[in-house]
Amino acid sequence: MSDKNPEKDTKTVKSEKKMRDIMTAYYIDAKTARQNNKKVAWITSGGPVEPLIAMDIIPVYPENHGAMIGASKMGIDLCEKAEAMGYSSDLCSYARADISCATVNGGPIGGLPAPDMLVCCNNICGTVMKWYEVQARYFQVPLFIYDTPFLHTEYSPEIKRYAKRQMEEYISFLEGVTGRKMGRDRMMEVGRISYAGSQLWQEVLDTAVSKPSPMTAFDAFFHLALIVTLRGTQQSVDYYRGLLAEMQERAKAGIGAIPGEKYRLLWDNLPIWYRMKWLAEKFAEHDACLVADTYTSAWCGSMQYIDVHDFIGSAAEAYTRSYLNLGVEKMARIVLGMIDKYDIDGIVMHSNRSCKPYSFGQFDIQKIVERERGIPSLLIEADMVDERSFSESQVETRIDAFIEMIRENKVAGR
Amino acid sequence: MLTIGIDIGSVTAKGVLMSDGALLAAKSCFTGYNAEQAARSVYEGLLEGNHLTKTQVKGIVATGYGRNSVPFADKAVTEIMCHAVGANHLKPDVRAVIDIGGQDSKAILLGERGKVLNFIMNDKCAAGTGRFLEVMARALEVDLDAFGSMSEKADYAAPISSLCAVFAESEVVSLIAKGEKRENIIAGIHAAIGSRVAAMAGRLFVGGAASLMMTGGVARNVGVVQALEKALRHSVDVSPHAQIMGAIGAARLAQAA
Repeated sequence: MSDKNPEKDTKTVKSEKKMRDIMTAYYIDAKTARQNNKKVAWITSGGPVEPLIAMDIIPVYPENHGAMIGASKMGIDLCEKAEAMGYSSDLCSYARADISCATVNGGPIGGLPAPDMLVCCNNICGTVMKWYEVQARYFQVPLFIYDTPFLHTEYSPEIKRYAKRQMEEYISFLEGVTGRKMGRDRMMEVGRISYAGSQLWQEVLDTAVSKPSPMTAFDAFFHLALIVTLRGTQQSVDYYRGLLAEMQERAKAGIGAIPGEKYRLLWDNLPIWYRMKWLAEKFAEHDACLVADTYTSAWCGSMQYIDVHDFIGSAAEAYTRSYLNLGVEKMARIVLGMIDKYDIDGIVMHSNRSCKPYSFGQFDIQKIVERERGIPSLLIEADMVDERSFSESQVETRIDAFIEMIRENKVAGR
Repeated sequence: MLTIGIDIGSVTAKGVLMSDGALLAAKSCFTGYNAEQAARSVYEGLLEGNHLTKTQVKGIVATGYGRNSVPFADKAVTEIMCHAVGANHLKPDVRAVIDIGGQDSKAILLGERGKVLNFIMNDKCAAGTGRFLEVMARALEVDLDAFGSMSEKADYAAPISSLCAVFAESEVVSLIAKGEKRENIIAGIHAAIGSRVAAMAGRLFVGGAASLMMTGGVARNVGVVQALEKALRHSVDVSPHAQIMGAIGAARLAQAA
């Protein structure tokens, strides 16, 4: 839409450059860890990272790396390599890309630094357990599995005891690998910073309640990187404080991420990393703003269970209650809450071939949302990294028709 | 007011000429590899066949997969809305449409005046599409147009359980090898499509719709229509204009474009 180009400048978020600089410095630190006598731990995206930070271990996230591989459109090559190694094409594309990348040091940053240990928390899926076992064998390093039982219904006393006990086991594991004791005061401090970071991230996302919204979910997918990778560091707190100020300013000045925002949509599931630009432009062309998503809010969604005065004692519960570790009924409640909060006109669901725990309940959530709020939803079949699962013309027709329908609904005055 | 609707599908390009809602003429051709060329061909065919000049036609709307490849159209609208408007135009009490086209199938719930209330499309798979039938016709060495009448002569529907077009084709080949009658295999293929599409449409509760219409090129196949009726446990209307329903809807929308 060439007529919208003059307004392109209002879209530029100043913090973007700062983010790129921080991420570059972070990966340089991680890749030179050995020279600086630092240890590297690979950890799952939803795992409790704070003890690592407290012990000065550099956390590295294969999932964040997977997102980078997807965004750089290097997914097919690495997925095919993994398939040639004998992994099924039905396996998660993050896992496939990571497993093959480790053997060739490929991808956009020449591979991740080799780990000294692996920390796997299964509050996001079950695949990570086998994936991390594969990598533990490949790199010959110790693996800690933090097992968070799936919350079909309630957080029972048994689950509570079981999850909490593992936090102490986790700390002993880290102390064993590093040969150092963890400073409990330092841990308290990191817990406090982590909480502050999550709170700021929630506030950043909350600015999208403004009409027009100062940011889209595509912006959130980008700015998410620090709350995932540098949670618990002062750097992330400072960054989100700056981003929040910028977003609040835009909201106050009435600057929308989508000039002439007409429709407010909610995104569900992981981004389609290799099609972010295309999708962003597609929705913008229809004056539709994806104002919120269930994905980026997962890094602040359960922080109410954190007690900053007893981080170690309370973190297990917050991590066990993560979005993807909840039964469909609870997920639907969260989606309904977001619909009300952000005043949503429709939901765009990415049925992600890679992510079964995220995609499995979508039909049910669709039904619940339709029944309780009368909000339509659209299902797009794709994959977060493996481009072979994406069909442009099919997705385009679905989006176009979905917007036509929402437009008609709005005209009719719902 | 003369309007034209052009529906560029994955297999067939369809065009209709209408005058204030009355269907005057229709034209179609294979889409081939050049969607724009196919659109021009039906457009010019309609003009020449009816001795019209371009300026006499007051509105053109394009739809279908090639809708954005029609530079002379005033507007592009998705086939979901066009099939809904077309079905409503021919039968105002229609409340659900099932459209099976060359490369996808859709179920659409309609409100009054053809308003789209909700829709659903097949997942990324050839099962339940016209393409699936084409592959099977080739495997059976039968002209696809004969599928409908042949399936009516079947003793029973030979079971085809696979949802994948490639796997289903090999199932068909093994049924042929076992000496199964072609008619029975074809009935089995129709039953497979019927249950596949019904399962998808079931998510929209089309069974609750008072009046249900099937559109798209596959609706010409009476075997699929009957299989769908059986799977849905609901009668299915088919208009003689089923294949050009999207183009009719587009021409109707062109009146307002």
